[in-house]
Amino acid sequence: MFPTPIEKRPPAARVTYQAFLPLALIAWLLPLIAVAVFSIKPGADFTNANYWNMPSSFDLAENYGQVFFNSDMPRYLLNSFLITIPTVVGAVALSAMAGFALGIYRFKANIWLFFMFVAGNFVPFQILMVPVRDLTLDLGLYNTKTGLVLFHIAFQTGFCTLFMRNFIRALPFELIEAARVEGVSEWRIFWYVVLPLMKPALAALSVLIFTFIWNDYFWAVVLTQGPESQPVTAGITAFNSQFRAMYHLMSAGSIVAALPPVAMFFLMQKHFIAGLTLGAVK
Amino acid sequence: MTQAALPAASAPDRGFWLRNQQTLAPWFFLAPAILFFAFYVVFPIFQSFNLSLYEWDGLGEAEYIGLRNYEDLYYEWVDRDAFYVSLKNNLIWLVLYLAAIPAGLFIALFLNQTVTGIRLYKSLFFFPFVISQVVVGLVFTWFYDPAFGLLNVVLGWVGLGPVNMLGDENLVTYGVILAGLWPQTAYCMILYLTGLNAVDPEQIEAGRLDGAKGWRMLWHVVLPQLKPATFIAFVVTIIGALRSFDLISIMTGGGPFGSSRVLAFYMFEVALSEYGFRMGYGAAIAVVLFLIMLCFIAYFLWSMYREERR
Repeated sequence: MFPTPIEKRPPAARVTYQAFLPLALIAWLLPLIAVAVFSIKPGADFTNANYWNMPSSFDLAENYGQVFFNSDMPRYLLNSFLITIPTVVGAVALSAMAGFALGIYRFKANIWLFFMFVAGNFVPFQILMVPVRDLTLDLGLYNTKTGLVLFHIAFQTGFCTLFMRNFIRALPFELIEAARVEGVSEWRIFWYVVLPLMKPALAALSVLIFTFIWNDYFWAVVLTQGPESQPVTAGITAFNSQFRAMYHLMSAGSIVAALPPVAMFFLMQKHFIAGLTLGAVK
Repeated sequence: MTQAALPAASAPDRGFWLRNQQTLAPWFFLAPAILFFAFYVVFPIFQSFNLSLYEWDGLGEAEYIGLRNYEDLYYEWVDRDAFYVSLKNNLIWLVLYLAAIPAGLFIALFLNQTVTGIRLYKSLFFFPFVISQVVVGLVFTWFYDPAFGLLNVVLGWVGLGPVNMLGDENLVTYGVILAGLWPQTAYCMILYLTGLNAVDPEQIEAGRLDGAKGWRMLWHVVLPQLKPATFIAFVVTIIGALRSFDLISIMTGGGPFGSSRVLAFYMFEVALSEYGFRMGYGAAIAVVLFLIMLCFIAYFLWSMYREERR
């Protein structure tokens, strides 16, 4: 193990390390802690310029109540879910099939198709922006959640296919050969042999894509406007203009907007990290 | 080879589908993904290239103007001090963003211990990456705020400041990059933590016996084994740097006086904001950004191709 495990060091080093850990963490998360503190202060503290002394009262319920019952925030949150969940399902389904095809079959175009998916995944959004916006307008899907979902599925398919294909390549190929000898059809091989083995990959990708899509801002601004279809990342700017200079509410709103992917991460940590670090070890 | 696995005798008496299943099946599996990808990703790239030769407001007739948009960019005839400022800022982003890689490695080394509660520490250090960039942008805007921001409070303790990070033309880009480095460092950290987990303990022991310690151990024994992690960290950091849009849009809106623009933001501003709907001009900016990105994409694909050949 590198660096030298702390247990093998002198006790003084160990004590220093353990004392230093929480301090480092606080320093690292300082900007976030500040916002969390803001979100439980009463508005009066800001008008009195009492920014960093003790809050004059704890208004946690009051502030978050405002966010949930007196703004469009619940609407935006719902939109975010209605955009994120179908995208996850769609992108994972498409890429499981595409990854299966690219991982199992040998044919000439294989590597080129694979590279197309990988390369597409890296292109700057701006080169897609105008044509995709036009396409969405032409389909009559501008400012709808469906329009956003369709684009997200298409774009995420690039990354997901890369992931799925590499995962399937690592599966024991003998299983598929054995099934073929038995005369099992290709579709059934996919459905009954490969898919069950792909559960870890499916879980990892789902969590990852959930976070990516939830946090998308650019496409939300390009393809939607207004509370009927905008997700929370775009909605928060409208929220902030509704509560201009009311930092306690803006802080509470930001925390609410950030929470679902955070919850997802803590609940599914193992899968999340497995997805993120695929390929980081050989 | 897959073909060899098929029983040879089965071919003639079966139907067309059964005979050709092996060759046709991949295309059925691929069809939906290719269709979606072609319509939303591949064609639009070519459409943007084409559009960059036109003048178009998004509604009326598009007028063919050849390379005029590119000339306008090159000589900055339309927007003074926009294109080259953006280009310069993109470069600054690219270079400084790479700091996330050593910073992530540093934190990973710091956290690669087995004391009680270390797992929770690792997750909490990773935390910034999970939050949306929009929230990161807001958080840092308030952190930098000249009236109540914690930054100036902390600077005050050591007798420095106050600074108005986002109001100063010369500081603003660095302020935004610092905000971007926060989640990016967390990302690199998690890549390296996973990589460190897989480092071969025998090689470390062998290195110790040879008297390697500290830096020398890190450089000669550990880092070579972390190469896959470094490669991925490099890819995601470069892409992240060139994609920087959310933070700039939230924190500064390109200001003050356009001094924090990058190409990605400038393009959006030109094509889809109150500054007007100059779609062709925007497409030309996007093409420039795309060509910059293409150098890196080509390099990444080439590296992957070499891996595949092994």
